[in-house]
Amino acid sequence: MLKLLLEGGRLTTAQMAQVAGIAEAEVVQYLEQLKKDKIFLGWRPVLDLSREAAAEAAVEAIIEVRVTPEREGGFNRLAERISRFDEVHTCMLVSGGYDLLVIVRGKSLQKVAAFVSEKLSTFEGILSTATHFLLRCYKDQGFMLESEESTSSRLNVAP
Amino acid sequence: MQANPHKWVAGHVSTLPKSGIRDFFELVAKMKGDEVISLGVGEPDFTTPWHIREHAIYALEKGKTYYTSNLGMPELRKGISSYVSANFGIDYRYDDQVIVTVGVSEALDLAFRAFVNPGDKVMYHQPCYVSYHPSIQLAHGEAIAVPTYAKDNFALTAEALEAAWQPGAKILMLNLPCNPTGGTCSKEQLDKIAKFTCDKDLLVLSDEIYSELTFEGVHTSIASLPGMAERTIFLHGFSKAFAMTGWRIGYACGPAVLIDAMMKVHQYAMMCASIIAQEGALEALRNGADAVAKMREQYHRRRDLVVRRFNEIGLGCHSPRGSFYAFPRVSDVGMNAKAFSVGLLQQEKVAVVPGTAFGPGGTGHMRACFATSYEKLIDACDRMERFVERSRS
Ligand SMILES: Cc1ncc(COP(=O)(O)O)c(C=O)c1O
Repeated sequence: MLKLLLEGGRLTTAQMAQVAGIAEAEVVQYLEQLKKDKIFLGWRPVLDLSREAAAEAAVEAIIEVRVTPEREGGFNRLAERISRFDEVHTCMLVSGGYDLLVIVRGKSLQKVAAFVSEKLSTFEGILSTATHFLLRCYKDQGFMLESEESTSSRLNVAP
Repeated sequence: MQANPHKWVAGHVSTLPKSGIRDFFELVAKMKGDEVISLGVGEPDFTTPWHIREHAIYALEKGKTYYTSNLGMPELRKGISSYVSANFGIDYRYDDQVIVTVGVSEALDLAFRAFVNPGDKVMYHQPCYVSYHPSIQLAHGEAIAVPTYAKDNFALTAEALEAAWQPGAKILMLNLPCNPTGGTCSKEQLDKIAKFTCDKDLLVLSDEIYSELTFEGVHTSIASLPGMAERTIFLHGFSKAFAMTGWRIGYACGPAVLIDAMMKVHQYAMMCASIIAQEGALEALRNGADAVAKMREQYHRRRDLVVRRFNEIGLGCHSPRGSFYAFPRVSDVGMNAKAFSVGLLQQEKVAVVPGTAFGPGGTGHMRACFATSYEKLIDACDRMERFVERSRS
């Protein structure tokens, strides 16, 4: 079932039940268990918003954050504080030239910039930030965006 | 004098029947504009893994646009030799026991043309891939069909071979796992078949194009059995396992004398396989194993889904151990192969291939290819269920 979820298909629970050859109730129960075990945290659609003119304008920035680790707790306390902001979509600790990689979303450039300058960079322990505004996304969570590829050239009947 | 083009067509070609698949293809083509779900294909729904395509693009950029050696690029032949050794346990020298061909299709044609004298008898099991019988006929051979049966899950048995054997039989054509039935042989049966070919001194042509798509247990090649490599031509390709049907690339391995004979035909008829396809194939062998395993896993789940649904619908269907074809019995719901396929297409817009396209042994069956998305398979099965219920009432 995990594999089916990870294949990233658009299967409904009824369809998953068909594929796995079990009752739909069992699928639902299994998903509930995954939720209880904090393995399955929720559904999220992967949307290609560039295709939807009416979609709310959204600006995304990828921010490299350098921090001073604390004597007890290292990076965790600060990382968790940052993560709690609604504007923060993703926050992760990475190796290399900086420590935290933070993805921030906002309605406008100004809003995102304000969040960075007024909130993020003022935290005690933050040494520096480098903000990269996202210009275009080509692949998101395994899905190619605006890709022309298709199997429509496959014949309908072949030996 | 008025030209009569018919008289210029060679006799053995004009009498060659058109493929039953072709008829059905025309019928489906007429349904254009409608939402047809096709389970009628014989190829993966996956596009060739990107790393293979990217490698071929790179090769083109580097100017790889020339003929290659007749046998195929030495690097590729080395790759094939190690792949076959690692996966099938058969050792072939890359320099004189491997030939790269334009698909298994060309390899088959080369073999028949290189080994069949007019009138030579070639045994093959049936139902089978549509090309075997006509290819034998084109080489002026005489085809002897050996039936396989639904009760054995379409596994070929040594007993059936014994029964069909005729004096003068020279070649045995094998296809395991089998298109269209998904039939395979147990190791025990394969041993018996090997013994049979030794007793009768037959040359074996073994088309193992679906071998990577074996879902239970391991695939055993007849060429890997003791004493068999010297009387077997091992035919394999990239079309199915690596999702590379349109590249047209395959190969044959066997005793040097036999590969050399095939090579003679190949060098005059084809010169060499496309260099770009050869480059793609090389990359497939080097880095394609993960993609093959992933695709196999999906085919496996899809197989379980359609086999279960077919049986629920009332179409008796064994679980094919290999390939991406299910071969259910439509006679279970009181229809013949043609009526079922045509009715299903016209009423519910699902295309399958009538079993009779694969020889008389396919009577009462249809072939459904499950190399299609879960959503489409579920939808197709639901449509089929409606069709069967309607035709029953
Ligand atoms: C049993 C069998 N052999 C050979 C082929 C042809 O393969 P290729 O694409 O390598 O020519 C097919 C294709 O459908 C097949 O099913």
